[in-house]
Amino acid sequence: MGRNPSDLVIFVGKRLLQLIAVLFGVVTITFFFTHIAIPNPCNVWSGPRATDATIQLCIHNNDLDKPPLTQYFNYVVKLATGNWGASPRGVLVLPTIFAAFPQTLELVLTALLFMVVLGIPLGVVAANNSGRWLDHLVRTFYLSGWATPTYLGGVVLSIAIGPVLGLPRSGAFGTIPTPETFPRGEVFHMSVLDALVNLNFSAAIDAVLHLILPASALAFINLGIATRMTRMSMLEVLPMDYVKTAKIKGLSDFRVLYKHALRNSLISTTTVLGITAGGLLSTTVVIEEIFQWPGIGSYAYEAITKYNFNGTIGVVIFFAVGVVVANLVADILYGILDPRVDWR
Amino acid sequence: MKSAGVRVARTSTVGSAVATIRHGLHGARSTSLNLIKVLRANPLTLIGFIVVLFISVTALLVVVVPPVSQALLGRAISIAPYDPNALLPCPVVGNSTVCAQPPSAEHFFGTDRSGRDVFSRVLVALPLHLAIGFSVAGFSLLFGGGLGLIGGFWDKPWTIGGVVSLTIMRITDVFLAFPSLVLALAIAATLGRGTIPCVLAILLTWWPYYVRLTRGEVLAVKHQPYVVASRSAGVSEGRILFRHVLRNILEPLVVYFTMDVGTVLVVFSTISFIGIGVPPEVPEWGNMVSAYGDYLLLFPWMVVFPGLAIFVTVLAFSLLGDGLRDILDPRSRRALTQAAIPATSVASSAVRSEA
Repeated sequence: MGRNPSDLVIFVGKRLLQLIAVLFGVVTITFFFTHIAIPNPCNVWSGPRATDATIQLCIHNNDLDKPPLTQYFNYVVKLATGNWGASPRGVLVLPTIFAAFPQTLELVLTALLFMVVLGIPLGVVAANNSGRWLDHLVRTFYLSGWATPTYLGGVVLSIAIGPVLGLPRSGAFGTIPTPETFPRGEVFHMSVLDALVNLNFSAAIDAVLHLILPASALAFINLGIATRMTRMSMLEVLPMDYVKTAKIKGLSDFRVLYKHALRNSLISTTTVLGITAGGLLSTTVVIEEIFQWPGIGSYAYEAITKYNFNGTIGVVIFFAVGVVVANLVADILYGILDPRVDWR
Repeated sequence: MKSAGVRVARTSTVGSAVATIRHGLHGARSTSLNLIKVLRANPLTLIGFIVVLFISVTALLVVVVPPVSQALLGRAISIAPYDPNALLPCPVVGNSTVCAQPPSAEHFFGTDRSGRDVFSRVLVALPLHLAIGFSVAGFSLLFGGGLGLIGGFWDKPWTIGGVVSLTIMRITDVFLAFPSLVLALAIAATLGRGTIPCVLAILLTWWPYYVRLTRGEVLAVKHQPYVVASRSAGVSEGRILFRHVLRNILEPLVVYFTMDVGTVLVVFSTISFIGIGVPPEVPEWGNMVSAYGDYLLLFPWMVVFPGLAIFVTVLAFSLLGDGLRDILDPRSRRALTQAAIPATSVASSAVRSEA
């Protein structure tokens, strides 16, 4: 079986090749969608009072008078060279996305942390009490999260629960980054990390407080994924001989559950969480809008509702890349964690 | 060789876990007796079943009663106590009119700030949601499932079927990479406001999951001995596909479909919540939460009841789907109807039996 480090290179390389193929497809489909659904965006872009000349100029500037194949080629070249266009007001899309993305990443990673810390132990408890009331309770809990639409959870958390706990609702942080408060500048564009790098601990605590509500909203809705996956793989692992052996050796329930059984069942949970991370990006559109979190989701919301087509396409492509990369990471992690996977 | 078989999960779905269960050799042998047994052993499934039934009957009554009463009695009788869009006269308190009334015997769920009856609006929105949930999930099941069957069954390389299935799977992979909510939002925004554009937007992003799921199930089943046996017995390929393969993969598809009805509802109401779905005058749960979300503490009934409506609906479908798997899968059915044994005590009983 091929599991040498050199085989791992082949394994990752193969996945990267697939990634390129999928990205190419994503770009092609967005091109067709935008050119079929909006054959002449210039009418919208130029505004209601535009003259024919302005519209003609806009059509010419955007290659809309050229044959479709040329348009497609130019479109791909533009995307590849980083020219993702600008909003109707002239704000460039790609730099905006890059500036907003770390904030979203911070939110998504915190939500993932919540899901792991809360979701996995719940799954273990449910599996260990399978078919009994505790199992039903856990199931109701995570299915409730699943049945709560993102916006409902967000609204309830931000307006009813947040104020009770004294947590801030809006993403407007207490400390505004200035050269005095953040002498080393915004290195990561992530509120918590930036504050820590600048040794500004009050700002760091403020940032953490701001993170709690949106991250819990994001985590609660997706809690079921971690819990259910852990429960299922635990149920597969628990009757196995090595778990029985550990039990017979006289180890405590806790050790058997969390050291012997959980370690094996975590392989699939890790994989599913990796894939979920890509999906969480999409959910941030609603969460960030409700909590005024200054990330890519807020930008997407603004672009979509204000008919900023370039921004919308940019976000869709960027999110697609996010999903594909998350899948890639999950796939590679699975390959590394599960010793049965052949790398060649 | 076992490849890293990572399946792409539905954006934030519990249902993704369904896809990872491998279903082996078993037919649909569920009898009503077993159904009752499992329902009794699993109260949550029973609750889900009852609520889904109740919701569906209510939705049907809302749609059917007005035209039927029109035909029979000559006047339309509505299930909803008030016209959902009628601005009811607001009572005068002191010097000002107060339109936002809390729940009372006349208005079960109160009235909103324009004086519309919240109960009627929540009720009238129910058939719309169910119809969209069932039709989008149903179309995706037929379309995506069909493509998945082809992609899984005729995947021999260098044949026409192989090329077709490869093409299907590559296109599906690309669509799976799109974040469905964002793509649906973007499409809905470009198509303009309305129910039909909204449904189209969800449909366009919805079918790929079914291709993936179905193909995975077909691949797991198609090399089973009973398939090979029927092929060597001269059974035609079409018959093998429908009688032997499809029959055995229906269970995970039905489970996924059931849970998916709820997921579609959530996405549909999210698009409305964002403000690019159905127009604001159409009674829709996401719309209602969006309109009065900021008044949650001041006028909780305007937000809580539509919110509860969607929560209960989605939860019921999830509970039912979650339980259906146990009912349809003979292995877990057996485990469920017998006394449930916690797995750690299996070990201790093993010690006892060996001692």
